[in-house]
Amino acid sequence: MGKKSVADFIITENIPLNKDNYLIRLKSPESLPPIKPGQFVNIDIKNSSEIFLRRPFSVFETDYKNNSISIIVKVLGRGSKKLTEVKAGEVLSLVYPLGKHFTYPSPGDKVLAVGGGSGLAPMLFLARESGLPAENMDIIIGARSATDHIDASAYNKYGNIYFTTEDGTLGTRGLVTHHPLFGELANYDKIYACGPEGMMKAVAREAKKTGVFCEVSLENLMACGFGVCLCCIEPTVNGNLCVCTEGPVFNINDLKWQI
Amino acid sequence: MADLSVKIHDLLLKNPVMLASGTCGYAEEINEFYDVSQLGGIFLKGITPRNRDGNLYPRMAETPSGMLNAVGLQNKGIDYFIQNIYPRIKNYETPLIINVNGSTVEEYIEVTEKVNELDNIPAIELNISCPNVKEGGMAFGVSCPGAEAVTRAVRSAYNKTLIVKLSPNVTDVSEIAKAVEGQGADGVSLVNTFVGMAIDAETRKPLLSTVTGGLSGPAIKPIALRMVWQVAQAVKIPVIGMGGIMNAADAIEFLLAGASAVQVGTALFKDPFIPLNIVEGIDNYLLRHQMSSVSELIGGLQL
Repeated sequence: MGKKSVADFIITENIPLNKDNYLIRLKSPESLPPIKPGQFVNIDIKNSSEIFLRRPFSVFETDYKNNSISIIVKVLGRGSKKLTEVKAGEVLSLVYPLGKHFTYPSPGDKVLAVGGGSGLAPMLFLARESGLPAENMDIIIGARSATDHIDASAYNKYGNIYFTTEDGTLGTRGLVTHHPLFGELANYDKIYACGPEGMMKAVAREAKKTGVFCEVSLENLMACGFGVCLCCIEPTVNGNLCVCTEGPVFNINDLKWQI
Repeated sequence: MADLSVKIHDLLLKNPVMLASGTCGYAEEINEFYDVSQLGGIFLKGITPRNRDGNLYPRMAETPSGMLNAVGLQNKGIDYFIQNIYPRIKNYETPLIINVNGSTVEEYIEVTEKVNELDNIPAIELNISCPNVKEGGMAFGVSCPGAEAVTRAVRSAYNKTLIVKLSPNVTDVSEIAKAVEGQGADGVSLVNTFVGMAIDAETRKPLLSTVTGGLSGPAIKPIALRMVWQVAQAVKIPVIGMGGIMNAADAIEFLLAGASAVQVGTALFKDPFIPLNIVEGIDNYLLRHQMSSVSELIGGLQL
């Protein structure tokens, strides 16, 4: 009991990262419980008849000293659009912390983390929390074009960051799986991916071929976020499971993806 | 503090605020936020004789002031519940009520007979109103003969408090309520969800895998309130009201319309603490109106 909370967070910052991604930092009124990479918060985007349900966001950074967290919000629909309009000082209700986190790498593991769009948030969080030396952590960040990329240079100290763009304006041209590192997957002990479903399936396909451990973070539509509505289910080898409580992180071997 | 207790047949509730089936899991999920003994009662997630995978994803669509769902009674069956879940929850200090489902009358009886053996389950809610299953469910609840047949059969197999959950997808819900009262129901709960649908105009596809689903949330409250009012006048057994309740004022409206208790459902998805806020809000209301007991509110609509 008491593992999950509903709390009014105060927005401390809302920083545009590029044309449709925003970094929102929020301060908790209470002492922040442990939050791990892959876990999420469910945000009430104020009373509006059009945005009835909360919206889930993966946690990007935690700051226990200031009881603050940050999320990266990509404008996808009416809920995320409205959320990016919040201003410092405003209050938002969060249900948190929710979901299961990524399996932490073991000491000495060689890791590949692949993030697409705002899916890079939990990947960078994981890189920071992994405890691995930077040379053991390769991070590929994919986007459509250079202008869609988010500046991740602050994370260079946690890993080697590589970029791909579909139009070739930054890094390797093509999809994340076109990056040369995908030719050497057998070198890795663990692969993690978060981003659009097509991207995660492509990563999972390559990981499966080489048999490397691979976890992905799903974002099925949710109503509650804590396992009671049974709306966000994903078919798995263990039956239909709630992404909000049994995920959002899944090992690809447990999913029934046709890949 | 005013006297908030109410009685639904043999069921004594410490307050009239309960959780609706399908929105609170098996109570453990809510107990992760707070001690559920503060609630009037909990209607557990619907149970069938055997495992059901439910419908395909997507099962949910947000709509103005509400949502559609098409879960389709996903559950692991009554035996799994009895062996694995019941032992963990049976000592919660609030009435736990099992929502009983089946595709046939025989299946309803199969679940009921097993529930009858559970000492810590003081009541069942007979679900004849699920709109998201192909067989059984709402098919029984939309005609008087269907509703009578299931209620009669289950009544003969069950000797504790029997509540029948009614569908709003009918011409006259008070006729169905009278029909189940005539077969020995101890109370009725209403409304289940309204059949609705949503379409993505851009892709020209339905938003739910099942095309249609059940609408819930504040969008349905005025219709639910009207139906509760009609049924409360038509039957002598207690009525449990639900449909879009988000706050204490909403709950009080249902009590004034004649409900002896209320169920909070979809509101839990927004904030699992809403039922506790409602209990507090009802208490404040009674003090403000110099009433000593919530029973003074029930059916207190001034015409």
